Amino acid sequence: MTPALRTEHLTRRFGALEALGDVSLAIASGARHALIGPNGAGKTTLVNLLAGSLAPSAGEVYLAGERITPLAQYRRVKRGLVRTFQVSSLFGGLTVLESVVLAILEREGRAALWRRPVARCTVEIDEAMALLGELRLADDAGRRASALAYGRQRLLEIALALASRPRVLLLDEPAAGIPAAQSAEVFRAIAALPAAVTVLFIEHDMELVFRFAERITVLAGGRVLAEGAPEEIARDRAVREVYLGTADA
Amino acid sequence: MSRAPALPSGRWHAAEAIPWLLAIACFFLFPGYRVLASHVFIAALFALSLDLVLGYAGILTLGHAAFFGLGAYTAGLLAAHGWGEPFSGLALAAAVAALGGLAVSFLVVRGTDLARLMVTLGVGLLLYEAANRAAWLTGGVDGLSGVAMGKLFGVFPFDLFGNAAYAYTLAVLFALFVFTRRVAASPFGLSLRAIRENRARMPALGAPVERRLVAAFTLGAAIAGVAGALLAQTTQFVGLDTLAFHRSADVLVMLVLGGAGRLYGALVGTAVFMVAQDRLAGIDPVYWQFWLGLLLVAIVFVARGGILGAADALRRRLRR
Ligand SMILES: Nc1ncnc2c1ncn2[C@@H]1O[C@H](COP(=O)(O)OP(=O)(O)O)[C@@H](O)[C@H]1O
Ligand SMILES: [Mg+2]
Repeated sequence: MTPALRTEHLTRRFGALEALGDVSLAIASGARHALIGPNGAGKTTLVNLLAGSLAPSAGEVYLAGERITPLAQYRRVKRGLVRTFQVSSLFGGLTVLESVVLAILEREGRAALWRRPVARCTVEIDEAMALLGELRLADDAGRRASALAYGRQRLLEIALALASRPRVLLLDEPAAGIPAAQSAEVFRAIAALPAAVTVLFIEHDMELVFRFAERITVLAGGRVLAEGAPEEIARDRAVREVYLGTADA
Repeated sequence: MSRAPALPSGRWHAAEAIPWLLAIACFFLFPGYRVLASHVFIAALFALSLDLVLGYAGILTLGHAAFFGLGAYTAGLLAAHGWGEPFSGLALAAAVAALGGLAVSFLVVRGTDLARLMVTLGVGLLLYEAANRAAWLTGGVDGLSGVAMGKLFGVFPFDLFGNAAYAYTLAVLFALFVFTRRVAASPFGLSLRAIRENRARMPALGAPVERRLVAAFTLGAAIAGVAGALLAQTTQFVGLDTLAFHRSADVLVMLVLGGAGRLYGALVGTAVFMVAQDRLAGIDPVYWQFWLGLLLVAIVFVARGGILGAADALRRRLRR
């Protein structure tokens, strides 16, 4: 079967620094695939290259078998490749509901309509409220994104991605910096996604990684160190040395 | 499921009648100021067009007068060459200004704030000088004379006392305000606000940011063109100052003074600015510059969000 997402020799340099070097990986359709590695390993850079917010120095990206390397970021989103940000990137002055309704309208290609007020887009509003309800954000729907507590902002970040109805979802440390109880909530929402949705997630909490991931790719120094099923990764000596050994603390 | 909180609805609030009733009342209360009032309405429309570009789309510009001038010269030239019907003149002025805006928009949508300031400033200066050199067409520094307007609806002539001009400019301002208000409450308006808040995030929602900004800039230019055309038609003259830098700067000040991104800020800011200018500059022009300077500093440090922003903050504090 064609992988949902595939890279060939993907490389990105920042000046003399090679943040990512010669990464070739394939993510099976419908997989829950974890990307792990120490800080500075190049995980976020890889997500940026996949999403198209950063251009590669070399290499190719394929979405469902089609080469998308030259495609602009918003066009990749239209094809179902959606990402979240490690550091929440929200619309501070918009309310939570406005933000999610906008994401839905963009998905539908109706965000450039000017004749009808937003309040009359009832189908989108209902969908947004249902989504916010699932993420337990409904009570905050009328608040400005900038007024939300940190953990709630992380949830809104995910709500925006889900509102785009991704086929391939790239999650950059979705639970970073929020209490364990809430990170479980985040992952519950991710686990509830339709099985057909392919998920690539970056996560530091090994317990969450081993609970949710069907496959794991380990990055270190911009290179793929190992790839395999969780049991294989847990047994891998190189991984234990470079990553698990140091990150346990 | 909980009830959805309020979203931009475009529904009219009773208090919104106040500025418009006031504008109508002024016709009877201050008959000696009808000409000034029509200038205020024109400037308010110009500020409203800037609000779309700056207040909603977040595009900083120091050259918005380029489109005001394009509209003014289009309407003026039409009337000077025998096409004196006002409404079709407005429409053509809007079309020419929109084309100009479309062309310039490709230069501004990509850049940073600083790049946008420089590009719009440059385009403004360029157009000013072009109009100055093309004296055979524009009249150069002497201005374009011989603008002969037809009657409104073929019935009402533009009189010296500004009666027709008052009604005409107020009606056009109101019509375009209703239109702009509708755009602001629409999904398009929401997406512009989102671009202003966090441009980098928008492509991740699948939004073609540049296309949206092109549309907003072009629309703003078209409305600015209508404002310029109104000035040309009601004064039956077009001067180089329609393209001047100070006009771009003044409209920016008026909008920020009233409060950007809220439509009514354009109206309030313009009215306060122009009435104050008329009063204070009458006493002593230097005096006016002094108070204007002080006001600008005060807005930034005391009243973020301009007059309406300050009023909002005050109301929230009183309610608490
Ligand atoms: N825009 C950038 N400019 C320069 N260096 C960068 C940039 N983005 C990331 N880097 C560098 O690339 C390396 C990988 O960063 P990143 O992908 O953020 O790592 P991770 O997400 O795995 O922690 C780091 O050394 C980082 O400093
Ligand atoms: Mg990272």
